[in-house]
Amino acid sequence: MRLLRLTLHRLAVSVPVLLIILCGVFLVLQLAPGDAVDALLGQMGTADATLAEQLREQYGLSGNAASRLVVYLWRLVRLDLGFSVSYNQPVLDVILSRLPATLALVVSALALAFFAGAIVGVAAATKFGRWQDTLISLLGLVFYAAPSFWLGLMGILVFSVWLGWLPSGGLQDLSANYSGPRLVLDMARHLLMPTVTLATIYFAIYLRVIRASMLEVLSLDFVRTARAKGLRESAVIYRHVLRNALLPMITIIGLQAGAMLGGSVAIESVFSLPGLGRLAYEAVVQRDLNMLLGIVFMSSILVIVINFAVDLLYAQIDPRIEAGA
Amino acid sequence: MLLSIENLSIRLPGRGDRPHAVKNLDLTLQENEILCVVGESGSGKSVTASAILGLLPPELKVESGRVMFEGRDLTKLSPAELRQVRGAGIGMIFQDPMTALNPLQRVGDQIAETFRIHTDLGKAEIRRRVVKLLTDMHLPDPELAARVYPHELSGGQRQRAMIAMALALEPRILIADEPTTALDVTTQAQILSLIRELQQRNRMGVLFITHDFGVVAEIGNRIAVMRMGEVVETGAADDVLNRPQHAYTKSLLAAVPLLKPPDRPPPEDGLEGHAALSILNVQKTYRRGLRRTVALKDVTLRLRRGSTLGIVGESGSGKSTLARCIVRLLETDGGAIEIGGADITRLTKQEWRKEARRVQMVFQDPYASLNPRRRVGELVAQGPVIHGARLADVMPKVRELFGLVGLDPEAVDRFPHEFSGGQRQRIALARALAMEPEILVADEPVSALDVSVQAQVLKLLADLQRKLNLSMVFITHDLRVAAQICDRVAIMQRGEVVEEGEPSRVLVAPQHPYAQALISAIPGRDWAMRRESP
Repeated sequence: MRLLRLTLHRLAVSVPVLLIILCGVFLVLQLAPGDAVDALLGQMGTADATLAEQLREQYGLSGNAASRLVVYLWRLVRLDLGFSVSYNQPVLDVILSRLPATLALVVSALALAFFAGAIVGVAAATKFGRWQDTLISLLGLVFYAAPSFWLGLMGILVFSVWLGWLPSGGLQDLSANYSGPRLVLDMARHLLMPTVTLATIYFAIYLRVIRASMLEVLSLDFVRTARAKGLRESAVIYRHVLRNALLPMITIIGLQAGAMLGGSVAIESVFSLPGLGRLAYEAVVQRDLNMLLGIVFMSSILVIVINFAVDLLYAQIDPRIEAGA
Repeated sequence: MLLSIENLSIRLPGRGDRPHAVKNLDLTLQENEILCVVGESGSGKSVTASAILGLLPPELKVESGRVMFEGRDLTKLSPAELRQVRGAGIGMIFQDPMTALNPLQRVGDQIAETFRIHTDLGKAEIRRRVVKLLTDMHLPDPELAARVYPHELSGGQRQRAMIAMALALEPRILIADEPTTALDVTTQAQILSLIRELQQRNRMGVLFITHDFGVVAEIGNRIAVMRMGEVVETGAADDVLNRPQHAYTKSLLAAVPLLKPPDRPPPEDGLEGHAALSILNVQKTYRRGLRRTVALKDVTLRLRRGSTLGIVGESGSGKSTLARCIVRLLETDGGAIEIGGADITRLTKQEWRKEARRVQMVFQDPYASLNPRRRVGELVAQGPVIHGARLADVMPKVRELFGLVGLDPEAVDRFPHEFSGGQRQRIALARALAMEPEILVADEPVSALDVSVQAQVLKLLADLQRKLNLSMVFITHDLRVAAQICDRVAIMQRGEVVEEGEPSRVLVAPQHPYAQALISAIPGRDWAMRRESP
């Protein structure tokens, strides 16, 4: 019951959030010169004014900005994301075909960053002040400072060009025509390098967060209580400290889910993955407004859903938080 | 003999003010006795307690000496052997029941963990024993208490759960490190009697660490007084409390505030005279969603000019809410607060900002109430500067104020962390006085300080009041402190003033049942009465 109320409450709050985001993006894009028809005509090599007018009529690009915004939002209410000029397909179809690659990339990168960051962060905290801790912190700093597109390019250079172990781009080996488990394996091989590259910076962040919050929790009284009971040190760490130390991590994951979607633009471009990030980039170049708004819409929903899930998880882990409060 | 600490020395890291946290310490604990280790902060009493079970922080190392328990030297045991003693042979409880329990685990599970570590009992048997333990701790609903999370229990209930955990395996020794310091007086009295009851039933040895001589008088069989890592005096409770030998013990005991209010000149112009502050039928309710908490219910109080009004109560009584309403950090929901005849609750924000200097506040925690990034002189000058004065013009006055509160006037260029707790409270006082207020609101200003420092700050407050003709509202949970400094005392309970009057009457012959309960719960009351009667 409480869960239902919370869900409804969140849903109600999400609507104005989505509206503000969409209107904002729509208006900002109006400020950029040129539209999809200009881009299309540029590719065709003509500048015929009547053709342009016809095309604008056809794609619903005529009229002033306000009326077009209203038309767009009304369509959105009926869950119609519109038609893409550059792809000549409904926006929804294009987005749905690109979504799995991005989701796979983001989710696996998030999971990798989370678990690796937690493990290494715990190791650093338990060896606080010793050489292991210094080394881990230094590595974290290097990973944090290195730009991900550069890491990606270096990865391609080393593992694809020199060693030839991993494919340099794409989501699957199109020439091999795999199916079933072989296909999954092949896709995993293709996603390995992008995932690791995207995960590095988040790994560095999580590592630092976990280390700091472990150190903080280790200084709390209940840790001393646990030791005074005669509990083994490893049990103290895993049963009492870690669960408390994970709380700030979970908050951060929710906040960074959006940033990670943004970060996937660079990675998808470097590894030529057919994902949402690259689609967004292409939509900007093509002035494909419908496509861009559709992507923003989908990403916003994703971020809202992830944050909702994170809040539920948080309430599950921390009994002091009342869901709905 | 249960436990004997022989010639124990523990080194401090780096170059602190002294090389050892504990030096050449000898202590013994017998079966069926409560040994109180008393000392001020930094005396090494908590370090000693932690050292027994090898729970010292890694930067502290036992340099020499032995801790003998059941024929073994605990300092020489391997980590695995030591873990078998922890919780089973020796149990331990800590100061703050808010933080000493894991917030993410059910209370019952945390107690059950002790059984799981040391015994092979089955799940159902452990459950049965956990509930039995909680019953022994006199928790109202033991079944429920085992199921809930720590934040769902009150402070006193949490401390009972802690004690249940420490005593689960009926250890021969209980080490209690300031177990009642964070609790309200009435709760403290209950926990003290619980500890004594359990100690007598199991013939346990209890090592009880405290800074409060009242608590010592209440519970101790023997006393060891510590100072700067050394035991300066040990002996039977009666001897140490009533016939102290060492000069330091004598000075500590002299600093314990007396229960009997000092003789004060009677008010010159009666109560109807000049009121510096009138609190009339003030109401305050906190609202959060649908939940309403009434913090102040129709509170009416008067503060005569140049006098001190003590407001005494336990946590949740509304005393701090009242303090915040007087300086308008909180808006009231009804009633009036009159300063010099004008109702400040009706002023607009702008008007109040101009008037704000007339009422200034000193807070409880001297460590948190000063901005660590600013020089103390600037902090003191901040008020006048906000009201339009130039820093250079204010500084001579700031130096003067530093002298007035007993600090070196040249210290204005230092940062807060360079000062001790007592000195910081003096800075906070100087900051309030820089505004030349008519009324000083002090919210538990000495609660975080050691007794000897507390006595100095109280004396300073009384001197300043006389010199500057200040009117003061003094919020405290400690009736003994209130008795020493206040001309009138008001006792609050659940947002209401239940008793008000001169301390000589309120503390000696209280009328309201709650006031009676509060006064009879003062630790070491019998000892204090005997000590103070000629």
